[in-house]
Amino acid sequence: MAITDQEIAELKEVARKNRIDTIDVTGWAGGAHIGGALSMMDILTILYWKYLKIDPSNPDWPERDRFVLSKGHGGVGHAVVLANKGYYDPAILRDFNKTGSAFGMHLDGNKVAGVDVSTGSMGHGLPMSVGLALGARCKGEDWLTYVMLGDGECDEGSCWEAAMAAAHYKTGNLIGFVDRNHMMIDGPTESVMSLEPFADKWRAFGWETREIDGHDYTQLATAIEFAQGYTDGPVMIVANTVKGKGVSYMENDPAWHYGGLSAELIRQAKSDLGEG
Amino acid sequence: MSEGGVAWTVYDADKMTQREIYGAVLSELGDRHPEIVGLSADLAKSTKIGVFGDKFPDRFFNVGIAEQNLFGMAAGLAKAGLVPFVSTFSAFASMRACEFLRTDICYQNLNCKIIATHGGTSFGQAGSTHHSTEDISIVRAFANLTVIVPADAIETANAVRACMDVDGPVYIRIGRGFEPRVYESEDYGFEIGKAVEMCPGTDITVIGTGVSVYHAVEAAKLLKEDDGLSVRVINLHTIKPIDEEIILKAVEDTRRIVTFEDHNVIGGLGTAVADVIAASGKGCAFEKVGLPDVYSIIGYPEDIQNYYGIDCDGIMAKVREVMGRDFEADEDWEDEV
Repeated sequence: MAITDQEIAELKEVARKNRIDTIDVTGWAGGAHIGGALSMMDILTILYWKYLKIDPSNPDWPERDRFVLSKGHGGVGHAVVLANKGYYDPAILRDFNKTGSAFGMHLDGNKVAGVDVSTGSMGHGLPMSVGLALGARCKGEDWLTYVMLGDGECDEGSCWEAAMAAAHYKTGNLIGFVDRNHMMIDGPTESVMSLEPFADKWRAFGWETREIDGHDYTQLATAIEFAQGYTDGPVMIVANTVKGKGVSYMENDPAWHYGGLSAELIRQAKSDLGEG
Repeated sequence: MSEGGVAWTVYDADKMTQREIYGAVLSELGDRHPEIVGLSADLAKSTKIGVFGDKFPDRFFNVGIAEQNLFGMAAGLAKAGLVPFVSTFSAFASMRACEFLRTDICYQNLNCKIIATHGGTSFGQAGSTHHSTEDISIVRAFANLTVIVPADAIETANAVRACMDVDGPVYIRIGRGFEPRVYESEDYGFEIGKAVEMCPGTDITVIGTGVSVYHAVEAAKLLKEDDGLSVRVINLHTIKPIDEEIILKAVEDTRRIVTFEDHNVIGGLGTAVADVIAASGKGCAFEKVGLPDVYSIIGYPEDIQNYYGIDCDGIMAKVREVMGRDFEADEDWEDEV
């Protein structure tokens, strides 16, 4: 068993708190990319609380694993995760989106501790992650690079340029996730621009591919541990998720790609997440 | 300069193109800097970075015809602590990969060196898809980026070595490799951000960059012989950060300035110089010459340069025109600022 029932229970509680805090920051910020932040939160939680080799007191530790949020608009969720891991005081997130703040919708690695790569524009994270993975190889270092893509982001051609390169250079130290929440700004991914057969596309590009439920911690642990042990090439974990996961009025509604929250909507969201 | 010891003889510069010298210098640097890695996008042979790749196969990555990934991967390698040299044609570096250069490399202020070959109309017969007459304009708007346009192969060697001393991104724009030699040796005090006065002059100043420097020097000699004109020639090899001092001194000393570049007149060398003059509050007769906001004709580079008046003949004609202009020196010069 890759993960115990007790660990799962603890991680779920961490994820629940991360989601609640993400709701709060969205409220303070006046709006954020809340839907996709919630859909990827279980993956971020299991990575940061169980699998990433990191030291929040030493964010630039050379031997740390790298995490690239290629779907950079999920920055509000990532910012909460980093705060709750201890990279910085969560109170500074009250300034999120405010003029002069270090925190905007898309996190700037030169300003925010723990952000290995600045992202925001779609289709940049995977190319940079392939470079990181090859960089570790060039330097003879054994840290891993983890990258989280959005599914809509995979419309970008540069993702597939990088996918080819990762397979060509057999980057066994690169682990990818797609937060497959099936939604993008203008609607369902399959209506806007069809991605299916999506997992097969990654397989065809030479990636060892697993398709899982991105909210199931047992499946996540199994897939991640497989990927960590697989050194012949890159691994892609296509994680099926629910956009807006955990908040009743947001789930599977593309309107919640980005949004602001009234006091009543915050109260309802927190109630859905088991608080108050 | 911290990267001394790579000496190129005149024989080498006569026999080797800008690109070949770039490849050779990079290979030399690779011996002393294990952190240097090379990348290209199916243009390893054309850009000569393949020389580095042959010597250090484990430190060279050919990404295929995929320029977006080329620059993204370079950013990742830089983030891992390596110093990537990225080579492709300047049209693709500045336009196909524009946002990856800007967002991945410049925004993150990464220690990444871009060697953009086939700049301007140096690939003249290839047509407008392969001409690069916008790149200076585009990349000089990227914060954190140093922009260098070497005049010849020797200056390319100097620039490639000097860029290692810059802790940040550097864009070096070179030609296809058939540019005439300007310098006799590398020992003329190349310094990033410091333009070079190629010949003294008091009547008018010609500012060039890249291949235009050679033509400007030749034109100055002929104008001296034929017209008795004293033409100052400045090689403004670094477009950014720009050498304001040498420009303002030229304004003050000669009060007539003409810029020449193998680039659209919009946004390149001439615009950069005009910015400095305008901000100074000092007036002078001024013209900028380059491609007049058109896509270039097809042809041999020297014919194209002649067609658009950026070769020796064109520079001579434009200098005579500006000298003939009624431009009165203002006796109250010091009161203008």
